[in-house]
Amino acid sequence: MDSDLKFLLLLVGALLLTASLIGWILSRRVRSEAGRVTVANLNARIRSWWVMVAVFSASLLLGQAFTTVLFALLSFLAMREFITLNPTERADHEVLFWAFFIILPLHYLLVGLCWYGLFAIFIPVYAFVFIPFRRVLSGETRGFLSSTARIQWALLVCVYAVSHIPMLLALPLRGFEGQNAKLLFFFVLTAQLSDVLQYVWGKTCGRRPVAPLVSPHKTLEGTLGGIGTTVLISTSLWWATPFAPWQAALMALLICLAGFFGGLVMSAIKRDLGAKDWGASIAGHGGFMDRIDSLCFAAPLFFHLCSFYFAESDPRPPDWVFSWLGR
Amino acid sequence: MLLHSAIAAAARLFTGVRRLPCTPQNEPLAIYYANHTSHLDTLVIWAALPGPVRVITSPAAAEDYWNASALRRWLAHRIFRAVLIPRERIQRDNHPLDRLASCLQAGRSILIFPEGTRRSDGKVGVFKSGLFHLARRFPEVPLVPIYLDNLSRILPKGAYVPVPIIAQAHFREPIYFDASEAKPAFLDRARLALLG
Repeated sequence: MDSDLKFLLLLVGALLLTASLIGWILSRRVRSEAGRVTVANLNARIRSWWVMVAVFSASLLLGQAFTTVLFALLSFLAMREFITLNPTERADHEVLFWAFFIILPLHYLLVGLCWYGLFAIFIPVYAFVFIPFRRVLSGETRGFLSSTARIQWALLVCVYAVSHIPMLLALPLRGFEGQNAKLLFFFVLTAQLSDVLQYVWGKTCGRRPVAPLVSPHKTLEGTLGGIGTTVLISTSLWWATPFAPWQAALMALLICLAGFFGGLVMSAIKRDLGAKDWGASIAGHGGFMDRIDSLCFAAPLFFHLCSFYFAESDPRPPDWVFSWLGR
Repeated sequence: MLLHSAIAAAARLFTGVRRLPCTPQNEPLAIYYANHTSHLDTLVIWAALPGPVRVITSPAAAEDYWNASALRRWLAHRIFRAVLIPRERIQRDNHPLDRLASCLQAGRSILIFPEGTRRSDGKVGVFKSGLFHLARRFPEVPLVPIYLDNLSRILPKGAYVPVPIIAQAHFREPIYFDASEAKPAFLDRARLALLG
């Protein structure tokens, strides 16, 4: 077992312990009604973080299979929220069954097999083509394009993008063999820390809204402060990654920026669909999609940069997969 | 009992419907009524009730549908303890209202779908008069409206496979029978209470 990884996970535990302590002190000291609501929400968020960190750490320590299953589940729950808010029609029903119960599991099977070649095109090519094929069988033409587009988006954002996170475990990184779990940790920590610190900076000294029409609570101070602090913290973890310090800083910046815009995009979709949160499954946070919206768009970008600059080759499945398929 | 809880938990997990911490009415006995949107409705409301309330509640269920296979029969009799209601050839000796009334007399709550049939458009249709007749026979029993949202998207009419969309069962404030009210006015009031 990687002792660096254990150390990093303990560090997160210590951070959460501090947060819980601060939350407890705040709850004893807050007087105003508005403050009480904010602190109650903060403490609900912190309690949810404990659960999320525990589940994430356990799966990371248990290995690739468990991590893949965890992210498959996360994709399923996120897509469920995405489709629930979208006005789907009776004619979409069978297509949706395929998306949830056939395309999603097959795609994560490719993650489990480390078969990058097919993984990369399975949803953008095969599912993209199949979904309108199946929908046209229903005979309903009204809303055809918007229906198929909604389902294709759901698969791309909730399944394809998210699945790049567990695929990080399969990257054959130069001089970093067998330590990929730390790369996954670096990615998830940076994206989530960026969210948390933007929230903290925004709540403490946020003034100027940065995107008032899309996400009224995001402020310029929160965004800059949060991204700046996250890049600093993530850069200080360069020793646990295949990156040099300046590379770690650039990667962290990329994750933060993609996370920021990803969050805005998901917020815009949410508003377009007339909702405030994607769901109510995680106390204090909203739905699963509210927690992973910033990961969605950052994950494929981070994966490709890691693959292009730091990997020997793309991940390849074991030989028996091809021979079993008669190639 | 363990099996009941496991089935209820699985139903809640799949549909996203939450379990009620307590019922909206004070006394245990009630007539629950809901809009009818899919074959999952009975299961989902049954699963949303708190455990002790669930064991004393019998849903009304269509006899022809729930007697059609061994699994459905087992679910209806052993799990839901349903009151099976004939939909055709109704005579004096098998009248649905009598079956429901004897269930209430025995101290068990009931669940009915006053629209009589599943709607496929997600709207709430006109109520049939069964709810009125039951309420008149048991004026002291609270009538608890339940609005089911999104269930028709999980398993629409004519579909064979479900899709995991998140549904909700909204339990509204109970209403009571009013002897001074005519049937159409009562049914309207009951329908509006369900829409919330």
